[in-house]
Amino acid sequence: MSFETCKDVWVFIECFQGAPKSVGFELLGQGRKLADGLKQQLCAVVIGKDVDKAVEGAARYGADKVYVVKGDEYENYTADAYGHAFLELVSKYDPNTILVGAMVNGRDLGSKLAVSLHIGLTADCTALSVEAETGNVVWERPAFGGNLYAQILCSETRPQMGTCRPGAFKKPAVNKDNKPMIIEEAIHTPADQIRTRVLEFIKAAEDQGMRLDEADVIVSGGRAMKNAENFAVLQELADVLGGTVGCSRAAVDAGWMPQTRQVGQTGSTVSPKIYFACGISGAVQHVAGMSESGTIVAINKDETAPIFEVADYCIVGDLPESNFQTQAKAGACSRPGLAGMAAG
Amino acid sequence: MNIVVCIKQVPDTTEIRIDPVKNTLIRQGVPSIMNPFDKNALETALQLKDAYGGKVVVISMGPGQARAVLREAISMGADEGYLVTDRAFGGSDTYATSYILSQAIEKLGPFDVILGGKQAIDGDTGQTAPSIAEHLGATRLTYVLDLKVENDKVIARRQVEEGIEVIETSFPVLCTVTKESNKPRYATVSRKLYSMSCDIPELTFADFPDIDTTKIGLKGSPTKVKATFTPKRTATGVTIEGNSPSEMARSLIHKLAEAKVL
Repeated sequence: MSFETCKDVWVFIECFQGAPKSVGFELLGQGRKLADGLKQQLCAVVIGKDVDKAVEGAARYGADKVYVVKGDEYENYTADAYGHAFLELVSKYDPNTILVGAMVNGRDLGSKLAVSLHIGLTADCTALSVEAETGNVVWERPAFGGNLYAQILCSETRPQMGTCRPGAFKKPAVNKDNKPMIIEEAIHTPADQIRTRVLEFIKAAEDQGMRLDEADVIVSGGRAMKNAENFAVLQELADVLGGTVGCSRAAVDAGWMPQTRQVGQTGSTVSPKIYFACGISGAVQHVAGMSESGTIVAINKDETAPIFEVADYCIVGDLPESNFQTQAKAGACSRPGLAGMAAG
Repeated sequence: MNIVVCIKQVPDTTEIRIDPVKNTLIRQGVPSIMNPFDKNALETALQLKDAYGGKVVVISMGPGQARAVLREAISMGADEGYLVTDRAFGGSDTYATSYILSQAIEKLGPFDVILGGKQAIDGDTGQTAPSIAEHLGATRLTYVLDLKVENDKVIARRQVEEGIEVIETSFPVLCTVTKESNKPRYATVSRKLYSMSCDIPELTFADFPDIDTTKIGLKGSPTKVKATFTPKRTATGVTIEGNSPSEMARSLIHKLAEAKVL
């Protein structure tokens, strides 16, 4: 792939059983910014068996073009089939930049493409920009558990590629009138080239309500919650506000909450409208997973807790004793409209 | 079954602090540990050995001090450890590192199963292990919970966001392992004593006569670090005052509503 000929910013729209994940759409917003900076087009890449929803979403979120590879062999993600299809597209259309969501499968695909194309890959980016004079994307990412941030360039290879954390960016505004060019490529991967086969899928148990990355309100608890029972109170508050419960690593390590509820570096990255951090000190590992939230409310008895450095609203108090949540719940219910919102 | 586990020595990131004056990482006094996810990978390897027999080899790329994590792995039950080390390998990014490790695996192999943690807690990329598979041309499965062998086929359970995939594949396979996969075992006293004195051979640049020098070290790394910085935190939050929890709660709800957040 050469510097002179490569063009356009590609965004992989990852799907699960035909349903596009929001990270792909979030990246279309970032992709647009990069494409404008490079004065190039924004293209979505959709691979799957049922592709309609993803193609439709790519249009709605502003893609100029959508490359589509459709086939029964793409029903489930496999590195072999998806890698093959993606690499065929790359060799035909020669992109400048590729953005992939840092999901389980996205990260897997990213490593496959990077090695096959002998290019750099910057993983788990949280901010992207373009160096105007060179056309290099500046990939910004946290390391050392969020203690350090690095800006990475791939100045000698093309395409340039990065994976980005889900929830790190907001979805762009919907454009209902956008009509991208749809380019369907008949790329098939022979069965003998696909070395893994999904025999069965066991859906995750709906352990505690809605998914963290989809919640508008998250009420998280940490070490100072003291026991698993106190999380029920957080659940009540979350229910009233139409949200869900999260936690810090300390609460998982203590066995009070399942790992699927963990927010932070080794858990989920979230950006709800409101994030309640209850009895969470605010270690960088936790903050790395929630600092992009719209509004952060921190409740901690230690007024020097680092969580207060990122909070919009700070309450110094002892949690379980004060039973603050029940009060907040009462407060929420007493305001007209809030109870209705919570029910919806 | 021949198994190799890739292990990284990392600083314990939970112990890292930022110097408030210089705004730099304080690395002094931060303990070096075996990457926790790699410990789960080692446990997976040891369980496979317990079930099917064979040999568990551990490799690590890094400076001489990384021997410590190889010794720890041997104390837990690994049979052999090799340190991949050379000045020429320094500064490698995930692409170059995975290439060098793939060369080491080819040299020490063949292996049926290659294991690693799902990511390292310092770099957090999760790219190195699956990239090794690509350099080797091996099948890869990331985020594996467990694996077993049935009629020469590998059956693995893989954790994805929506649930668990049960996957069938064949050898050789590279798997990355998560924290939920297992609980790593403790070292026994006799293994611990053995691990302190056993030989940990080095694999250096000279051991790889056919290595592609354009793919190693700082020069062979396509990603370049432009700048590093520590995140700035400035307290700009509004403190909610009140005489009682219920008063503070009301005040908070009022302020959230006022700001049109609720």
